[in-house]
Amino acid sequence: MLEVKIKGAIDQFEIDATFMTEAGTLTALFGRSGAGKTTIINMIAGLVKPRDGRIAIDNDVLFDSAHAIDQPPNKRGVGYIFQDNLLFPHLTVKGNLCYGQNLTPTADRYLDFDEMVELLGLKHLLSRRPSSLSGGEKKRVAVGRALLANPRALLMDEPLAGLDMARKDEILPFIEQIRQQVRLPIVYVSHDIDDVLRLSDQIALIDKGRTVLVGPAETVANHAEARLLLGQNNPSTIVSGTVISHDTTFGLTSLETQAGLIRVPGLKLPPGSPLRLRLNARNISIALSKPQDISVLNVLPGVIESIEKIDTSTVDVKIRLATQLTIDARITTLAHQNLNLAIGTSVFALIKSVAVDRF
Amino acid sequence: MFPLSTDEWLAIELSLRVAFWSVWFSLPFALFFAWLLARRNFFGKTLVDGLIHLPLVLPPVVIGYILLVMLGRKGLIGEWLYEALGVSVAFKWEGAAIASAVMGFPLMVRAIRLSLETVDQGLEKAARTLRAGPIRVFLTITLPLISPGILTGVVLGFARSLGEFGATITFVSNIPGETRTLPLALYTFTQVPGGDAMAMRLTVIAVVLALLSLFISEFLARRIRARLGG
Repeated sequence: MLEVKIKGAIDQFEIDATFMTEAGTLTALFGRSGAGKTTIINMIAGLVKPRDGRIAIDNDVLFDSAHAIDQPPNKRGVGYIFQDNLLFPHLTVKGNLCYGQNLTPTADRYLDFDEMVELLGLKHLLSRRPSSLSGGEKKRVAVGRALLANPRALLMDEPLAGLDMARKDEILPFIEQIRQQVRLPIVYVSHDIDDVLRLSDQIALIDKGRTVLVGPAETVANHAEARLLLGQNNPSTIVSGTVISHDTTFGLTSLETQAGLIRVPGLKLPPGSPLRLRLNARNISIALSKPQDISVLNVLPGVIESIEKIDTSTVDVKIRLATQLTIDARITTLAHQNLNLAIGTSVFALIKSVAVDRF
Repeated sequence: MFPLSTDEWLAIELSLRVAFWSVWFSLPFALFFAWLLARRNFFGKTLVDGLIHLPLVLPPVVIGYILLVMLGRKGLIGEWLYEALGVSVAFKWEGAAIASAVMGFPLMVRAIRLSLETVDQGLEKAARTLRAGPIRVFLTITLPLISPGILTGVVLGFARSLGEFGATITFVSNIPGETRTLPLALYTFTQVPGGDAMAMRLTVIAVVLALLSLFISEFLARRIRARLGG
């Protein structure tokens, strides 16, 4: 487990971060660009010194201002995947991968070079120079190099930033595999909520250098603070669920979620697989009675909890579902009047299957 | 032209020996000062920078005279060296090497410093997170990356040494076989009647030597570029 509780003044900011990450879980430091996320992981790696606080992995204290402990970066055993990779240009891919491994005492090595090369698909690149690699290949080498130093915690700084969709899809599965296979505490810096929702178990919301909110990914993502950071234009509710069954005739997948049973267009995931859904408030309609002749597949009963006016033409309605989860629906002021909606009204939330985002 | 006379060989051999040792002797210091100026901020940095560059702007004779005053057998440091250790560089080829080293020093520091400033310090930080201590990072990351700058510095220092005249003749005089390097030998021939032919031979030798050095440095530069993957 990685424990972080640090303070320090960097440039215009006061860093004040407190969070914990268990082995095998990924904590996303999520916030705007320039919120101090990278500085926080630089402090964990030992590249920037906090003013005070404590950083520890299990029982090994990396930094403790109270006891004047400040281990140098090379003694911390913290792997770091840099945003700009920082591959050594004078070494081959193999030389880069072996750099940290060669410096790891044999007793501390838990990863096998050949297995890692196989996992990351780097075998045919071993004799190449970093300058001749594509963006996705460079990132994979950076991931392999950090892991082959056999770290006890892993830091990733925006590993998907600057990569196009195809490259992202090339890297994402590796990060998911690493989280599952290499049971390390992982801290992942990102300003992209989609990446964060796909990868993280826990989110630490960072604003102006401070951890504003730390908790399970759905909780933080649905919290008002996070929405404020994301901008109110496109409110949504994040729910986690598991795949129950696939309907082969119509290619639909049924999911058991925090909102209830939801059907979405077919997923290529075996039953039991966990995943996250985003229910966009703009794509949720409200009905007073259970509609019969309608194309929408997901009809969830609930009670209106609150109604918030957004502007003259739209309102956001919070609906508490039968599962006790509250979701947002954005409707017109006119519809609100016509249906005579009020707090406590029993309604049905209609969610279009094809409009559900999956992570 | 051929064969070369014993005196000519002596001058060539001496010039190369002086150049070789002046470069190798000053390289570690040049590396240190280049690093200090490129990476550290400290009180008096401008003064240190200025002192290092003095040989570039002062007349070489002045540098030779300063060396004589400092390291001559009756000099401030030289007298102590001679009495305590029995060592003296005055009128010795080692003295010529020191004079060359001092003259070439600013050129080496400048070349190495420039390449140090272009090294992405993030690479050094990355190496630190990969379990490498500061000294290992310097040897395995920084040093290879600045090797083109080191080569340039070495070539400039070597060339400066082959051409060094004023500081050498002032500090260690013009002793055949001991301090009479190629330029000093050439100068000597121009001062004696009928020495024109000999001077011309030495001129050709100097040109050949310079071209050879350039070829070797170009060859090494290409190898380094290939190794750095540029």
